[in-house]
Amino acid sequence: MISANLLAIFYLISGILFILALRGLSSPETSRQGNLFGIIGMAIAITVTFLSIDNFSSGFLYVILFLLVGGSIGAFIAFKIPMTAMPELVAGFHSLVGLAAVFVAISAFISPEVFNLGTSGNIKLASLIEMSIGAAVGAITFSGSIIAFLKLRGIMSGSPITFPGQHMLNLLILISIIVLTYFLCLNQSPNFFWSVIAISFLVGFLLIIPIGGADMPVVISMLNSYSGWAAAGIGFTLENTALIITGALVGSSGAILSYIMCKGMNRSFFNVILGGFGGTDQTSSKTSKEQKPVKNGNADDAAFLMKNASSVIIVPGYGMAVAQAQHALREMVDSLKKNGVKVSYAIHPVAGRMPGHMNVLLAEANVPYDEVFELEEINNDFANCDVAYVIGANDVTNPVAKTDPQSPIFGMPVLDVEKSKSVLFVKRSLSPGYAGIDNDLFYRDNTLMLFADAKKMTEDIIKNL
Amino acid sequence: MEIDPFIFRLSIFILSIFVGYYVVWSVTPSLHTPLMSVTNAISSVIIVGAIIASLAGSSLSVFNQSSIFGFLAIVLAAINIFGGFLVTQRMLAMYKKKKKDKK
Repeated sequence: MISANLLAIFYLISGILFILALRGLSSPETSRQGNLFGIIGMAIAITVTFLSIDNFSSGFLYVILFLLVGGSIGAFIAFKIPMTAMPELVAGFHSLVGLAAVFVAISAFISPEVFNLGTSGNIKLASLIEMSIGAAVGAITFSGSIIAFLKLRGIMSGSPITFPGQHMLNLLILISIIVLTYFLCLNQSPNFFWSVIAISFLVGFLLIIPIGGADMPVVISMLNSYSGWAAAGIGFTLENTALIITGALVGSSGAILSYIMCKGMNRSFFNVILGGFGGTDQTSSKTSKEQKPVKNGNADDAAFLMKNASSVIIVPGYGMAVAQAQHALREMVDSLKKNGVKVSYAIHPVAGRMPGHMNVLLAEANVPYDEVFELEEINNDFANCDVAYVIGANDVTNPVAKTDPQSPIFGMPVLDVEKSKSVLFVKRSLSPGYAGIDNDLFYRDNTLMLFADAKKMTEDIIKNL
Repeated sequence: MEIDPFIFRLSIFILSIFVGYYVVWSVTPSLHTPLMSVTNAISSVIIVGAIIASLAGSSLSVFNQSSIFGFLAIVLAAINIFGGFLVTQRMLAMYKKKKKDKK
């Protein structure tokens, strides 16, 4: 049994270690050490919580047992999961944090005396509000993440589901949560508490179904943020500094990522949240169905062009992840390098389904991270490069975003792929991208379309090199 | 005149948001995916609440209404803690510099 003050100091130390864990991510060299700090912080938090318990009843054994059960499941998932499935894994993990927050809040509501929050039916007002917020945000995080998970996993269609009056309905539900919380504070009836949780589950569901597949980077960052706020809400209820600090860190981290993702698409946060955009079933703008000529190439042409180039820039996108083409891609780059070609990679902020998705896949394929560049770092280099190899990306290369004010993606930062001497565009068909707009790049004179699966085409090119 | 302890906690909360804001902006974009998985892991420090909740039962009956929710929360949070840190570790181990691996 350690004193409450000492306990609070240890929780503060955990909080600081968590800050250092995030700080470590400022560069890949320090990141591994940062992760270690995070683990130590967590170990301290759990250990001192154990030490704070005065009666080691048989319940304690069950705590250890359940901890090990959860831990083994988590470790198993962490080792088995393929890197391409990272977006849905993160969404799934968010849902667990949300649900854990709901469970802790329920527990605190049923037995407030365990947490020193008063007695059942007579809980301190502030604690009641805090636990309602924690439970509501947790529930929204849970159901929202489940939908995001199903969409990312492909179990549920990635296209947005919209119906008339959707926004009105969401607004009404949000107001009803506030009203119910008010009544809960008035008479502390469990029925109101359960209603708040049930309705919050519904909100999370309704909030995410209208958002399309390509907007997933924003959604996943937003849910990351929510899971943080839910933890902070519980932290206030339990008067626990480690939880409050962590909740605030995670909440602001997710918010910043959402902001970066929105900026990468040149769309406001509300525009994304209100949804409807980003499906595959959008009626394409101005139905430009007249067949414009495209230049069609094969692996042989592509190999020839790249072998004789002095510099090549690779532009990967979600299609590379789907086709699992990252390893083949790295092999191709290796043979190009043997031929003396300078190769670098250009990553758009919203390439893939979550922030940093492409970087992880390239890292998995042993691509050194100092060959991989962000949009601002590399965009000027396209003008001096011989070949741009676009693999699985589409909208993020569309020059229309710079030229046509009518286009829905106008103003979105794009990679200036068209400035390179020739563009090799690997794609399965001429179909438009997620924004539902035709890519002007296909019809340029310096573009050679390579119609094939990304992985197969890359492998064929290797054979021809 | 006494300051409500809530105000102290609120101060910690607000200051942590600012710390988070500046720290996260300094995270390199190529590590945004590990950032998400590690924030996931650390937000599972909610397990401390779950542990307290799970010991709500008496020594005679370990399982009562609120301790069951506590135990469930422990399992969920533990999945996240182990899963989150390990998967982050796995990802970070893949980020290599040039030269180091020339196979």
